[in-house]
Amino acid sequence: MSKQLVTLHVNGEARTIAADPHHTLLEVLREELGLTGTKHGCELGECGACTVLVDGTPVLACLTLPALVGDAEVTTVEGLATGESLHPLQIAFAEEGAAQCGYCTPGMLMTAKALLDTTARPTRAEIASAISGNLCRCTGYTAIYEAIEKAARA
Amino acid sequence: MLRLPRFRLIEARSYGEAAQLLAENGAGAIDRGNGTPTLRVMLVAGGTDLFPNMKRRQFTPELLVSLARVRDAAGIQQNGHLDISAGTTLSAIAGDPGIRDQFTALAQAAELVSTPQLRNMGTIGGNVCLDTRCNWYDQSLFWRTAEGFCMKTNPDVVCRVATSSPRCLAVASADTVPALLALGATVHFEDANGAREVPMSDLYREDGIRPMAMRQDEVLTDITIPETEGWRSTYLKMRDRGSFDFPIAAVAAAIRWDGATVSEARVAITALGSRPLLVEDAARPLVGTRLDDVTIALAAEAVHKAARPMDNTSGTISQRKRAALVFTERALRSLRPR
Repeated sequence: MSKQLVTLHVNGEARTIAADPHHTLLEVLREELGLTGTKHGCELGECGACTVLVDGTPVLACLTLPALVGDAEVTTVEGLATGESLHPLQIAFAEEGAAQCGYCTPGMLMTAKALLDTTARPTRAEIASAISGNLCRCTGYTAIYEAIEKAARA
Repeated sequence: MLRLPRFRLIEARSYGEAAQLLAENGAGAIDRGNGTPTLRVMLVAGGTDLFPNMKRRQFTPELLVSLARVRDAAGIQQNGHLDISAGTTLSAIAGDPGIRDQFTALAQAAELVSTPQLRNMGTIGGNVCLDTRCNWYDQSLFWRTAEGFCMKTNPDVVCRVATSSPRCLAVASADTVPALLALGATVHFEDANGAREVPMSDLYREDGIRPMAMRQDEVLTDITIPETEGWRSTYLKMRDRGSFDFPIAAVAAAIRWDGATVSEARVAITALGSRPLLVEDAARPLVGTRLDDVTIALAAEAVHKAARPMDNTSGTISQRKRAALVFTERALRSLRPR
């Protein structure tokens, strides 16, 4: 089976690539586009490490077929910063020590961005609910909650 | 990297086209060419159940027919009764104010499926068609090759959970199904020749391999729920963690009040056998009562008796049976008039 051309809109840029139809968005982002900020964890939908935004909604890149993304805008962790300026969430995560090993952080940041885009001042319960699909095995989550609250205040 | 097996992808633009593709490509035919039996053509909507299963090589279809671009595949119409298109995401259902208010058990069940990301992707049609699950079956191809396949993969082999069992014991695990059963839902199918509808209560079978009375050349298009005037409903779920996990015991209950008296009742369970079940022996004693504690205890006892969990998911058998009893009591108490 041959590769097929697919055009994706990633971080504000149209990217046309030749991809195997059975390769997921995660594989295409990392292997074809070199956007290795999106991490592969369980690859079965059980960890949230590969969370990206599709038209602003958090989805799992490991279970998404690029062909079905169509014209939707894909945002990865590489699309968070504006030029040299980090996103307030990235600053807050760094300042609060919300990343330890850092592997869950890109997915956590994307989920948190989607939350803050719809809920400017989320409660602790709303944050917990929003990131309930992102596993972190290091922090115990408290620093993550605090970082998201800090970014919301910024 | 855990990759999907190779397949050809066709994006259907209508349910009729999807049904035609199923019929033309040998729906139901088993392909043993990949070492393990697998269907040659399958449908995919959100992909949140199918793709992990394909990565584990439980299915390796040659052709996938995507329903993602079917016109009008998603949508909620509430006009007394409720009509949900099969491609509606679980997030949309959980967040719909009309469903939360009038069809509460369904909104609660949709909100308790897995994680926010998967609810953004997964559809109600996919949840209704969720494959049954088992600790033996839901393992990687590597694990299953080493330990040996079970009858769900290869009918010539015994059930590894209970070696004397004549049938596969994999567990019904869809959260929305008991809620839909309690709300009296009907499912609508289309095939290459036309449409038909099936009451939700006739849709499932006590068979972990073929858990649904649905043909392989049919496409689930809509789910309808009759008007809920006077009804109150709720869904309670036990799982290992507060997120991610499938139910290991779950109860949905719906009560229709005529003043202070119960005029109709339905109690449904899942994750306690291969078939999600309407427990009629639990509903019967409730009718004509005010839902007093003694009556609720009778219903809970009937649920406890109907629950037949096996040791093939998380939790223990006695814990899950006990949870079914306690959750029935809690669910029914919560449905008393406010």
